[in-house]
Amino acid sequence: MTGKISNTSLEQRARNIRRHALRMAEVQGQGYIAQALGIADVLAVSYFDGLNYRAHDPEWEGRDRFLLSIGHYAIALYAALIEAGIIPEDEIETYGSDDSRLPMSGMASYTPGMEITGGSLGQGLSIAVGMCLGLKRKQSGSFVYNLLSDGELDEGSTWEAAMSAASFGLDNLIAIVDVNNMQADGPSKGILNFEPLHEKFAAFGWHVQRVDGNVIADLVTAFRAARACGQRKPRVIICDTKMGKGVDFLEARERNHFLRVEPEEWSRALEAINAGRAS
Amino acid sequence: MMRDKYSRPHVAAQGVRLKTSAMIASIAGDDQPTRMAPFGTALVELAKSRPDVVGLSADLAKYTDLHVFAQAHPDRFYQMGMAEQLLMGAAAGLAREGFLPFATTYAVFASRRAYDFICMAIAEENLNVKIACALPGLTTGYGPSHQATEDLAIFRGLPNLTIIDPCDALEIEQAVPAVAEHQGPVYMRLLRGKVPLVLDKYDYRFEIGKAKLLRDGSDVLFISSGLMTMRALEAAAELERSGTRAAVLHVGTIKPLDTETILNEAMRGGRAVVVAENHTVVGGLGEAVARHLVLNGFSGRFHHIGLPDAFLDAGALPTLHDRYGISSQRMAETIRNWL
Ligand SMILES: Cc1ncc(C[n+]2csc(CCOP(=O)(O)OP(=O)(O)O)c2C)c(N)n1
Ligand SMILES: [Mg+2]
Repeated sequence: MTGKISNTSLEQRARNIRRHALRMAEVQGQGYIAQALGIADVLAVSYFDGLNYRAHDPEWEGRDRFLLSIGHYAIALYAALIEAGIIPEDEIETYGSDDSRLPMSGMASYTPGMEITGGSLGQGLSIAVGMCLGLKRKQSGSFVYNLLSDGELDEGSTWEAAMSAASFGLDNLIAIVDVNNMQADGPSKGILNFEPLHEKFAAFGWHVQRVDGNVIADLVTAFRAARACGQRKPRVIICDTKMGKGVDFLEARERNHFLRVEPEEWSRALEAINAGRAS
Repeated sequence: MMRDKYSRPHVAAQGVRLKTSAMIASIAGDDQPTRMAPFGTALVELAKSRPDVVGLSADLAKYTDLHVFAQAHPDRFYQMGMAEQLLMGAAAGLAREGFLPFATTYAVFASRRAYDFICMAIAEENLNVKIACALPGLTTGYGPSHQATEDLAIFRGLPNLTIIDPCDALEIEQAVPAVAEHQGPVYMRLLRGKVPLVLDKYDYRFEIGKAKLLRDGSDVLFISSGLMTMRALEAAAELERSGTRAAVLHVGTIKPLDTETILNEAMRGGRAVVVAENHTVVGGLGEAVARHLVLNGFSGRFHHIGLPDAFLDAGALPTLHDRYGISSQRMAETIRNWL
């Protein structure tokens, strides 16, 4: 997929991902929709510029692995998997309902394209270390991406894995950290200070980039640079994102970790995305 | 169970399906009396007379009702971040310095992620840390990451630890000052948010280590804990309609177990004994009761209602309670078929 698609169409992909996510959230009337809107640009770049995969064969051995440790972001990844043609669009209406393949928390046993079971936060990066070691043993050229949240930076296990990845020189690992400054109890800054993040990862021995996670051109550059960097180091792309991105009245909500949205607001939200008011 | 994620669901063929809406689901029925945030409210009340009380959470104050305490006493609240091992280690440290820490997170994260810290930093030293955890057993449809179906099994194996499984808002309110009074570590299962109020109709008084008979009956004896006592009372009412008289013995403390009361009630009147718990059938109240009864010569009929030894499905909570046999309807059916 790498390099074949222009930035304009990536913007269209991101808009579609936001639309799919909004339609899923509407099924429940509530949920982790602000995260999905915030991370949509990162997912568009991941699935339409960064990752190698085969939509018809989600377990193709040569694929890059995309690990979602944040189970509650499943709504966002489902939207990307739908856009990528791995999950049919008509399953949107089953999201989070009984016997759906799209449960509210992402699990590997439910969903094609979902590599790991997330939800108990802070496990993804350790699993990524093992997969990177395994891929190297198999002499595979595949990369492992792990999307983690800023909340996951609180867990000691994340930093055990970070140290380990550098220690093993895992140059096939790309961590993406969504710094949306939000956690369950409120803004991350007031929960546990993890800054300065760039310096921390660098001190841990990583190749570090920090970008505006809602600017597609910058994301494309960073994702390509992460793959191509040439150093025997794991790579991290720290993405500062905006919760609710693209829907002004959701961006404005203060405590938006788990959003309840009024029935009539969904169509307004969709209109905002369609109108591309995503500035 | 292995599911086949490559076989598509019949999207169009599905009728109305229940939704998970997992994180905020209340276990209260539509017309059930409830109280809001009984744990947080009781802790604020306790803090008035106990200046040593402090509260800690791992990014889940809002979801364990500890936010009520945090708002009332911001200077006595520690936000530890989403770091459960740190949460338990720091609670141990505060207890060592003479404070009375109440530490909250979800039951899965205390029992699974932080177990070694609870074991060595807290329980082995018999420190005065009170661990209060939301989402015990099957109280969310969110899937195995949040369903603490084996928390009692994990914690029952831990020496020194007192384990409380409260039934309703009233019992939570009464348990908070009681566990504060108790010397040593406590693990308490929490119901949060809008919590049903049931035991006010039974003149109930929570005491650590005491099982209490809530309702008598000559055919069946339910021995239950936590929200399953609520269900047992409903099932008993349901069974009464078809002429089966069921007693309900509520075991608010899982450890130490009130073996005397349990044995006396089980031996009285030749009733069929049914243990009901919101927990896997492995390692919880059912096995604890069965062991005790067998060791003491009980030879009557025994049945065990609990969750299967499996990772449970995601889905709507009422669907799952029906599927796994812990709704009052399913319990009554099970007992009718068994008797
Ligand atoms: C180990 C673990 N502890 C606690 C939780 C409960 N929890 C779910 S989401 C969340 C917030 C974590 O921060 P983040 O992922 O940054 O939140 P968001 O950006 O989605 O608001 C918490 C504490 C969990 N899922 N796993
Ligand atoms: Mg966050």
